[in-house]
Amino acid sequence: MDHFQRLGLMPGFDVDQGELERHYFGFQRRLHPDRFAARSAKEKLMSQQQAMALNEAYETLKDPLKRAAYLLKLKGRKADAEDGAKPADSALLMEQMEAREALMEADSAEQVQAILARTESDIAFAVDDLSQAFAAECLEGAAKLVMRLKYLMRLSDEARGRKSRMTRGTL
Amino acid sequence: MSEMLFDIFEPGETPLPHAGDEVAVGIDLGTTNSVVAISRQGKPEVLRDDKGRAIIPSVVAYGRDDEVIVGHEARNLILDRPQDVVSSIKRLMGRGIEDIKAVAGQLPFEVDGDATGMVRLKVAGRTLSPVEISADILKAVRAQAEAALGKKVPKAVITVPAYFDDAARTATKDAARLAGIEVLRLVNEPTAAALAYGLDQGAEGLYAVYDLGGGTFDVSLLRMEKGVFQVKATGGDAALGGDDIDHMIAELFLAERGVTSLDAGRVKQALMTARVAKECLTSRSEGEWMLEFDGKVSKHALSRQTLEAMISPLVERTITICRQVLEDAAALPEDVKGVVLVGGSTRVPLVRKRVAALFGTEPLANINPDEVVAVGAAQQAEALTHGSDTLLLDVTPLSLGLETMGGIVEKVILRNTPIPAALAQEFTTYQDGQASMMIHVVQGERELVAQNRSLARFTLSGIPPMAAGAARIRVTFTVDADGLLTVSACETTTGVESQVQVKPSYGISEEEMAEMLKDSLEHAKDDMAARLLAEAKVDARRNLLAVRAALSHDSDLLSALEREGIDRAIATVETACEASDREAILASAEALETATKPFAEKRMDRGIRKALAGVSMDSLEKRVGE
Repeated sequence: MDHFQRLGLMPGFDVDQGELERHYFGFQRRLHPDRFAARSAKEKLMSQQQAMALNEAYETLKDPLKRAAYLLKLKGRKADAEDGAKPADSALLMEQMEAREALMEADSAEQVQAILARTESDIAFAVDDLSQAFAAECLEGAAKLVMRLKYLMRLSDEARGRKSRMTRGTL
Repeated sequence: MSEMLFDIFEPGETPLPHAGDEVAVGIDLGTTNSVVAISRQGKPEVLRDDKGRAIIPSVVAYGRDDEVIVGHEARNLILDRPQDVVSSIKRLMGRGIEDIKAVAGQLPFEVDGDATGMVRLKVAGRTLSPVEISADILKAVRAQAEAALGKKVPKAVITVPAYFDDAARTATKDAARLAGIEVLRLVNEPTAAALAYGLDQGAEGLYAVYDLGGGTFDVSLLRMEKGVFQVKATGGDAALGGDDIDHMIAELFLAERGVTSLDAGRVKQALMTARVAKECLTSRSEGEWMLEFDGKVSKHALSRQTLEAMISPLVERTITICRQVLEDAAALPEDVKGVVLVGGSTRVPLVRKRVAALFGTEPLANINPDEVVAVGAAQQAEALTHGSDTLLLDVTPLSLGLETMGGIVEKVILRNTPIPAALAQEFTTYQDGQASMMIHVVQGERELVAQNRSLARFTLSGIPPMAAGAARIRVTFTVDADGLLTVSACETTTGVESQVQVKPSYGISEEEMAEMLKDSLEHAKDDMAARLLAEAKVDARRNLLAVRAALSHDSDLLSALEREGIDRAIATVETACEASDREAILASAEALETATKPFAEKRMDRGIRKALAGVSMDSLEKRVGE
């Protein structure tokens, strides 16, 4: 059973977060080990396995990056992001190296915030593009976008971390 | 026992066999105080002693002749017989001697320097582990509950700090086992508090629970919605609490007095005075306290202002952790609808002030902060034994990983992953013909193994000779609903397997546990064999019930031959249960399980198909409706 089936969702990149959560909570209500606490060891174990599978499906599908990589895998194409041996395309690498440099050189919270805001808007665009790529069944493009999204997410994490260290005055 | 028993039920109608007479309580096993509560028909009640007191101080006094005193009486003995009295033992749960070396000087305990594994204390001529001392507290808690209810209390939900690591959780469960309590679930303290508040006030939205107890600090962010309590992120410090405030005050007083070296007894006396001072300063702005020992009385004045300046770094540490948790949950302080205060130390005015400033909202403390965790635990105990509409979805507080080349940690399960969880990672050999692989399990957020907590080491051996990098070692981490970890490793090209219940490093070995259980049972004059037999019968009968129920619903899935096999297995179990041979009962139950396995799988398929069909229809209708 794949993650989409497990949560009773149509497979695809566009997932309605509200629906995802409704289904996740609904299944957990039935299958969570807390529902089987007074039952035999075997039943507890089975419920645990079901709840684990639901948690994994939920964690995968709620995150656009994980969802996209998973969807590519389902469609038989390994995401570049998962394939450590394969280098990203050089334009992406250049762009990300420059963005990182800018982040390292930023010495005020405002500058970091500006980088963070730009990265977050880039992420939103990448997610939109992914949606279109999957809609058009363009897996080559989707794989590239997954790679791009992965770099962008890491950059925004770093920017967020740097910003909070700055505002706390520990930098 | 059999998978066929696994059924899919509608929410709110989970049928539980023999639920009627089960008594299950909720226990808040605290650093300073413990509290026990029960919930019946959705109404929680704190169970008090004959003097009407809810709080049981988590203090144990050991005397000669196996005498063990717990609670108020033990606390009163601190001044007279300080060397016999143990308090704040929770801080040492699951700790090794290395962990506490740094703080050993400040601890009012004498620690056994030779101990390997979990630290041992020397008290009144005995050498005791924190597990045994906690078990003594739990026995007293259980006795208070049994006296208040007038019946046996064999089962409980026990709360632990959300930030407790695997070793401390295991130690807590071991202590309960030693006290003769079956742990229905370990529940995180902030989650229990949220449950008490949410059910009480019908709260919806994002809430923060700020829990500053005697020895631990936790903060959790939860989303509460329609009976679902979903923990978004949790953080804390397992060695930060009101005790630290006491230590600061005690050190100040002792410095004023000009004392340089002290025995454990004097330290305890100074700590008691410090605690009184701290509590007074929550309502007054200044005061004066006395220390009297070695024939000398000294007076010590302290104002709230001075105290606040002293403890400010400690409070700021908790605020920094709150910010981290907000970040982990990708939330802003203004997203938080309310803040719940838990733990006696949240009575400190500076704490309330700083928490209110961070979240921009006046914190809620309308349920007694000393009792709220036990109340939530009691509600969860009722939910687990009698069924419930509410659901707790908790997370792992700390990342779990493995040591890889160069002492670097490879994280397998990240912190704030919903539990139960199972995740696997593949590794490979780095030498030609490598026959075994050392697996070192660690917990924590840092990059280097040495900076994290080591949980266990084990070896996967018998890997057939292969070139370096050719073997595929799949290591699976499983965290159950109690937050406890199991790790297994398997070479996937050949199927060589190895599994550990993560326990040894700082835990108590199975042999030690068996020995302790034997001792405690001898003291309680309990008959172990009789208990095991009774348990086997109960479990077997429970399974018979479920098998019959399953047959009455889905016998159409069976061929005549399969049905005959199951009927025969049922008859064998029934006969075995009439006699008193535990082995025979277990064997017959095992046979029944084997006989029903294919049936279980078919029912499972049918159940899930049905459930899925329902959901798809539902979502389809919604889509059409939109």
